[in-house]
Amino acid sequence: MRHIISILLENEAGALSRVAGLFSARGYNIESLTVAATEDPSLSRMTLVTRGSEEVVEQITKQLNKLVDVVKLLDLTEGPHIEREMMLIKLRATGEAREELKRLVDIFRAHIIDVTASTYIVELTGAGSKLDAFIQAVEANSIVETVRSGVSGIARGEKSLHL
Amino acid sequence: MELTGAEILVRCLKDEGVEYVFGYPGGAVLHIYDALYRQEEVKHILVRHEQGATHAADGYARSTGRPGVVLVTSGPGATNAITGIATAHMDSIPMVVITGQVKTTAIGSDAFQEVDSVGITRPCVKHNFLVKDVKDLATTIKKAFYLATTGRPGPVVVDVPKDVTAQRTEYSYPQEVSIRSYNPVLKGHPGQIRKAVDLMLTAKKPMLYTGGGVILSGAQDALTEMTRMLGFPITQTLMGLGAYPATDPQSLGMLGMHGTYEANMAMHHCDVLVAIGARFDDRVVGEVKYFCPEAQIIHIDIDPSSISKSVKVHVPIVGDVNHVVKDMIRLIKEDKRRPDPVAPMQRLTQWWDQINAWRSVNCLKYDRNSALIKPQYVLETLYRLTEGEAYVTSDVGQHQMWAAQFYKFDKPLRWINSGGLGTMGFGLPAAMGVQLAHPDATVACVTGEASIQMCIQELSTCRQYGLPIKVINLNNRYMGMVRQWQEFFYEGRYAMSYMDALPDFVKLAESYGHVGMCIEKPADVEPALREALKLKDRLVFMDFITDQTENVYPMIAQGKGHHEMHLSPDRELA
Repeated sequence: MRHIISILLENEAGALSRVAGLFSARGYNIESLTVAATEDPSLSRMTLVTRGSEEVVEQITKQLNKLVDVVKLLDLTEGPHIEREMMLIKLRATGEAREELKRLVDIFRAHIIDVTASTYIVELTGAGSKLDAFIQAVEANSIVETVRSGVSGIARGEKSLHL
Repeated sequence: MELTGAEILVRCLKDEGVEYVFGYPGGAVLHIYDALYRQEEVKHILVRHEQGATHAADGYARSTGRPGVVLVTSGPGATNAITGIATAHMDSIPMVVITGQVKTTAIGSDAFQEVDSVGITRPCVKHNFLVKDVKDLATTIKKAFYLATTGRPGPVVVDVPKDVTAQRTEYSYPQEVSIRSYNPVLKGHPGQIRKAVDLMLTAKKPMLYTGGGVILSGAQDALTEMTRMLGFPITQTLMGLGAYPATDPQSLGMLGMHGTYEANMAMHHCDVLVAIGARFDDRVVGEVKYFCPEAQIIHIDIDPSSISKSVKVHVPIVGDVNHVVKDMIRLIKEDKRRPDPVAPMQRLTQWWDQINAWRSVNCLKYDRNSALIKPQYVLETLYRLTEGEAYVTSDVGQHQMWAAQFYKFDKPLRWINSGGLGTMGFGLPAAMGVQLAHPDATVACVTGEASIQMCIQELSTCRQYGLPIKVINLNNRYMGMVRQWQEFFYEGRYAMSYMDALPDFVKLAESYGHVGMCIEKPADVEPALREALKLKDRLVFMDFITDQTENVYPMIAQGKGHHEMHLSPDRELA
C-alpha cells in the first residue's frame, strides 16, 4: 500500500538526514520526499510517500515518532486528503508539434511558461497519476527533461497537522 | 562571572553529579582537559583507547543505573568511540559522549582530525547535538543527560568545536529542560492493563518473559512481587538476568538460542505470554513462525516501536515497566481470582508438573570427570566461591553464554555484557567502570583469549588506577563460538577461528604490573580461584587452559523454533 506521511519537523540542521538515514538504515523505501519551512520558522513540514505492508508502515510511523526532531506526524492516507505534485517539463516543440502540444496542455489544464523557437516548458500540477498521464500522452522523443517536486499533501476538512 | 566553554562544560558535569569521566585527550579537547585539571570534583579516568572509554562508561552505567560519561577528541577520537556508542545504543544504556570538534570556522574544510561526528554517530545514538554557540552549551548538556536517562535510555553525543570551548559567557545550569517533541509515556493505558490482568488471571499455562527493560526501569522489586503473587514461571533474556532471583524455584533461567530447555519449552507451550521490557530479539525468538504458537501475548514496553516489531502482540501496553507492573499488582490484589497468597502456584499444578518434567532433563549437564578443564566448571566454581555476589562482566562468545548459564544472578545490575551488538573487547574496560563504581566489590571479567585481546591495552589503565579486577580467561585457543558454528554448519572447516601465536598471558599480565596465573588442570581450578579472590587489591589474570572441543548447549539452530532444541551430540530430544 502507498502511504503519504506528513511530518512536522524541528527546523534544525541535520533533521532531514535523520529521517532519510532512518529509511535507508531500516530498509524502508521512499517514493518521494519534500520538505520546506512553514509559517512557524522553528518548524519544517515534510511530505513523505512510501510503500509497504500495514506492519511496515506502522513501524515506519513509530520509528519516525521516535526521532527527537519529529514533533508530530500524520498518515494522510488514513482519511480523505488532497495530494498535489508539480512538474516542469521541457518539450521539443517545432513545426506541427507546437500546435499539438498546445492542445495537450489545454486538455491537462497545464501552462506553457517558457517558449523558444524550438522548445516549450510546461508547468503541470495534480496528483502523481495525472503527471504520469501527461508524460504518457506526449511523444517520448519530444521530452527534453522533466523535474517533479514530489508529493505535497494535506488532510481535507477539520483534520489538520499543527501544534 | 563569565566562564569559558570548557569551564562551563566541566561545571555542567559537576552540577549533573558526574563522578567519573572516561576519556582520552587530544587537540580539539585541550581546553576542556585544562578545565578538568583545574578542579577536583569530576575525576577523569585515562584509558588507553577510546573504545575502552566508552565501554568503561557503559560498565559504570550498567552497574549503577546512572549515566556513563565519555570525553574524546575529534576525528579518530570520535571514530574509535563508535563501537562503544553502538554497544550502548543496542542495549539502551544511558551515556553522554562529548566529542571534541575542529573549530566552527574549519568545519567542512577537511581540517586536521576532522570527521563529521554528528553524521557518523547518527545511526547509533538516541540523539546527538553539535554546539555552535557557547550560549547553547549548558542547555545542550542538560538536554543530553535528560534524553540519555529518560524514556528508553541510550547514548547521546554532544559535539563541541574547539572555539566554542574558548568562548566566554555567563554560566547557569538549567534545573529542568523540556523538549516539545519528546514526551515518554510512563503510565500504561488502564484499559489495556485491565485486559492484560484478565488474561493473566485466567491463564492455564502462563509464562513471564522479561528483559533488560526491567533493570533499566528499576522494576525488579515490583516484578518479583508480582511473579510470586501469581505463581507464574519466569524466564529472562540475556539482558534481563538478575531482575528476578535466578535461584528462586519459579525462575526457569534464560531463554533463547542457548537458553534452558525448560524455559524454551514453556515458551512454546504457554497460553498467555507476558513480555516485560523485552524486545523479541532474533536470538530469543528463533524462527518467528514457530514462536509461542498457542499464546495470547501481552507486551509492556516504554518504546512503542518495540511493540509488534517482529512478533505481533495481542495486548500492547506502552509505558514504564515499573509503573505498569505496579498498576498490575494493584489490580491483581483487588481481584477475586487472585491466586491463593499462601500457595500461588497451586492453581497451576498441571503446568508446573509439566515444567518440572522439562527441568528434570537437566539441560546444562556437562562432563564433570573430564581430564581437561571444562569452562562450565570454572564458572560454576566462580559462582560458588563468590556466593553469587560478584559483578560479572563478559566479552562475547561461548564464555558469555556459559557465564549467563552458570552464574546465577539473584540481583540486578550485576551482569554486565554486550547483548545486542555482541562486542568483543567489551569485558575488560566495562569491568573498569564497574570496579570504579563499586571499589569494594569483587568484579570478575569473564573472557576468552580472542575477546580479551581486542581491548587488552586497558590492563595498563587498570594498573594506573589500581583496579583489582579478576580476569577469568577461558582459553581454548579458538574463537569458540565461531568454531562451534563451523563444526555444526560448515562441516568442521575451521576458517580463521584458530588463535595462533598467543601471548604468554601470565608474563603479559606481569609486564603490566599485575598478577598472572595459568591453570591447566581441573583440580587446580578451585585453589587458584580462591587464591586470586584473596588478592583483594591486585588485578589477577587467570589463564584457564580449557577443553578446545567444548560447545555451548543446549542450542536452537537458526530457523528453528523453541521446541527444537539440541541438548548435546549424545543427548537428543524429540
